[in-house]
Amino acid sequence: MAKPIRIKDHLNEAGIVQRRIILATVVIVLLSGVLLARMFWLQVVQYEHHATLSENNRVHVQPIPPARGRIYDRNGVVLAENRPSFSLNITRERVPDLETTVALLQSLLELDDEDINQLHRRLGQRRRPFEAVPVMFNLTEDQIARIAVNQFRLPGIEVQASFVRHYPRAEHFAHAVGYVGRINEREMETIDRVAYAGTHYIGKTGVERFYEHLLHGKVGYEEVETNARGRVLRVLKRTEPESGRDLTLHLDSRLQAVAEEALGNRRGAVVAIEPKTGGVLAYVSQPSFNPNLFVTGISHADYGELRDSIDQPLFNRVVRGLYPPGSTIKQIVALAGLDYGVTTRTARVYDPGFYQLPNNSHKYRNWNRYGDGWVDMELAMARSNDTYFYDLAHKLGIDRMHEFMTKFGLGTRVSLDIFEESAGLMPSREWKRASRRQPWYPGETLITGIGQGYMLSTPLQLAHSTALIANRGVWKRPRLLADADGQGPDESDTPENVVLRNPSDWDFIIRTMEMVMHGERGTARSAAAGAPYRMAGKTGTAQVVAIAQGARYDSAALRERHRDHALFVGFAPVDDPQIAVAVMVENGESGGRVAAPVGRMLFDAWLLPEPEPEPEPESIEEEVTP
Amino acid sequence: MKPLSGVSAPSPGLRREPLWMRIHVDPWLLLLILILAGAAGFVLYSASSKSLSMLYRQSAHYAIGLAVMLFIAQVKPRFMERWVPVAYVGSSLLLLAVLVVGTEAKGAQRWLSIPGVITFQPSEIMKLVMPMSVAWYLGRREMPPRFKHVAVCLTIIMVPVVLILKQPDLGTTLLIAASGIFGLLLAGLRWRYILGALVMLVPGAVAMWFFVMHAYQKQRVLTLLNPESDPLGAGWNIIQSKAAIGSGGVYGKGWLQGTQSHLDFLPEGHTDFIIAVLAEEFGLVGVSLLMLVYLLIIARGLYITHHAQEAFSKLLAGSVTLTFFVYVFVNIGMVSGLLPVVGVPLPLISYGGTSLITLLAGFGILMSVHTHRKWMIHG
Repeated sequence: MAKPIRIKDHLNEAGIVQRRIILATVVIVLLSGVLLARMFWLQVVQYEHHATLSENNRVHVQPIPPARGRIYDRNGVVLAENRPSFSLNITRERVPDLETTVALLQSLLELDDEDINQLHRRLGQRRRPFEAVPVMFNLTEDQIARIAVNQFRLPGIEVQASFVRHYPRAEHFAHAVGYVGRINEREMETIDRVAYAGTHYIGKTGVERFYEHLLHGKVGYEEVETNARGRVLRVLKRTEPESGRDLTLHLDSRLQAVAEEALGNRRGAVVAIEPKTGGVLAYVSQPSFNPNLFVTGISHADYGELRDSIDQPLFNRVVRGLYPPGSTIKQIVALAGLDYGVTTRTARVYDPGFYQLPNNSHKYRNWNRYGDGWVDMELAMARSNDTYFYDLAHKLGIDRMHEFMTKFGLGTRVSLDIFEESAGLMPSREWKRASRRQPWYPGETLITGIGQGYMLSTPLQLAHSTALIANRGVWKRPRLLADADGQGPDESDTPENVVLRNPSDWDFIIRTMEMVMHGERGTARSAAAGAPYRMAGKTGTAQVVAIAQGARYDSAALRERHRDHALFVGFAPVDDPQIAVAVMVENGESGGRVAAPVGRMLFDAWLLPEPEPEPEPESIEEEVTP
Repeated sequence: MKPLSGVSAPSPGLRREPLWMRIHVDPWLLLLILILAGAAGFVLYSASSKSLSMLYRQSAHYAIGLAVMLFIAQVKPRFMERWVPVAYVGSSLLLLAVLVVGTEAKGAQRWLSIPGVITFQPSEIMKLVMPMSVAWYLGRREMPPRFKHVAVCLTIIMVPVVLILKQPDLGTTLLIAASGIFGLLLAGLRWRYILGALVMLVPGAVAMWFFVMHAYQKQRVLTLLNPESDPLGAGWNIIQSKAAIGSGGVYGKGWLQGTQSHLDFLPEGHTDFIIAVLAEEFGLVGVSLLMLVYLLIIARGLYITHHAQEAFSKLLAGSVTLTFFVYVFVNIGMVSGLLPVVGVPLPLISYGGTSLITLLAGFGILMSVHTHRKWMIHG
């Protein structure tokens, strides 16, 4: 059948369009009526309201900064909190003559030029119109009173109570917890300005930085009506801010104190990890600094002193300190030898006090230059015999050592949530070719086998590799955060567990580490003496690579700083590991005599029943009573 | 019968065409546009904190726009109709090019730049091509359109709409989609389709929300539902513009006397939010007068639509006119807190060259439609 022919009916079509035009006209008139009604509502019905708000720009939206989450140790001891503090705020638009006002402030509060410079710097930072900028903090009662009395001469100036971060434990947790500081221009570019409206602080390092997103909270705001001088007359509407989350860390203040005490006045680092959870129990980097100095802005003098100190108190030795691990990685090299089958548990090597590569006259010396005679793996571990490990490293070769030791986290970032962790360096042929454009030499394999040469690791990596052995290969990445309102750290990319071909090698290697502590010839036997539990460990010393350039030291101090670093890693108790530690004492010389006793003190503090809560008054009593 | 091509010379025996017809200008539209241009000058001067250079630049934009308008008015609707398919395909390809090699600014990729030659927004060309395309397609088919034709028409609309939405540019997308849909509605789209579409809108909107819209667009929609929910960010504009409008009262604070707008309280006071400045300084009276001029322009546009002689011209003139109203309604609606902030300027008043030239080109189309009619007297 043919299609019906359709003929355009122009008259009908004109009619269709015309009806639609009429309809459109009706809709347009109605919608225009809506717009005019809206305008009538705003301009006539609500006129008084808007006129009042508009006069002198009286309606303001003021952000209410959220309270930053607090940080606790595992027992609920406060590590970071917020303290009320009075600050002096300036609203630039309400100050008719800034020069006069600042001059008046200077004379009223007896400020020096440095204070005034700081004030101008703070005033110069970016802000939204009519936003009050805090320019002085921690006002004293006296200063507040003087401002109040002279308020009429100081338009645009107000004293505001706000919360300022405070670290009650001061320098004891400075490196682990970090600190907050004023938001700088560079951070301004990256943060969400709305979320940080009214907030003047942001985490700079440590937990404060890593968990900034949890600690910060959600900004609130209020619409307020102010008078022409900026004084709030009436709050029109208020939405409460949401506080940041409180964080509970794995850290234990008591253990931390024990570790600091054990280090004494020495420079160094102590890390303690709970192997089962990966939780960091102690995190000491000594010397430390007072983080409270940084919160409202550190003075040039204070900062210069910290920065230029030869002891480098700002340097986070736990995760940024790169040291040759020395003999503290020998147990891993030994495991590699067993797992690759290049040696056996009982194979012996003769140590005349040095090792020589075939066809090479260079002597690689044992630390005991007289030699230990015939040594097997257990004795080599207990005595930390270098000759045995030169031989083992030579048999393994750098490729297998690199592969195996990387599985233990050496040369990688091991932590889950520690800010600015360094990866250290686990050298390989490829690394050397890429970074130095040189082939790998056999002698470098030997010294890598005793943790010297190019190899660098952080105290955290050493503690973690030790915890990994205590866990028999099960990875638990070290972490500081235990709980943030039911949320733990993200564990999504945990490396693969280390699986040995013969799992009983774990038990064997742990026994050799036990011999280091409890064996007759163990390098740390004096540190383990008299313990009611068994421990496993390994001592080490590491040669000092270089000293900071350009610093002026007297020669005695310089000599002291050329001494070897003392190292110790270990865990206890052997049959049910509760704690793994790494101790690094800069220029401590002897791992067995200096570092191992620090480890022992941590073990005791963690494993033995807690002494009575207040030991000091008790000891006084003992002296008094017969 | 005289051939339809060539300049429409007066036929012998018929009354001589008036001057306006011969130079293809509609005096009423021109007058109303010039009134708005004058008003725009005053408001802009105040909104830009007495910036003469901004005034000069906008005057230049107006001069270019009026020239474009007069030029387009000379083009016969028949000629436009012939080139519509080419224009449609061409500008769609340009929109595609924007997504591939376009220039990015403020998180959106809207500009196409031939270095050293020209930088332009292909979406603006589409604002003119879209109503023409729908009018071209429907003009040669029976009315009301059958289902198949509606489907084709929606495809014609959807291709550029999706491309512009991806840039992303919500305001322009809205205007272009509206201009196409108006063509369909004017062609007598059956009520059952209209109601069906309204019912479909709900799942459609849900899909848009989850798959198409950008985070900042969602934020705008959320702010619409409760503008004061985000007073530090998105709601700030609305709170401030409402205060500006409301404080104007019936008679306004007087020219250059607005306070909200002069202290940087009102962001974009000279572009999208300029009605707030006008409302603050000239009050309800000023706003009503502005609305009156707008409605007169729309009335003239609908009159021209009614008198257009061919389906293409009728549909084209109608959708251009109705789209103009969308500008007015969406802009004033959003500044006064009735609608989401989608970035639609106040037509012929807001500062900015691109949209002004496009709008004036649209009036050129209306003038062309009206002045190229065969002069005939019924009866």
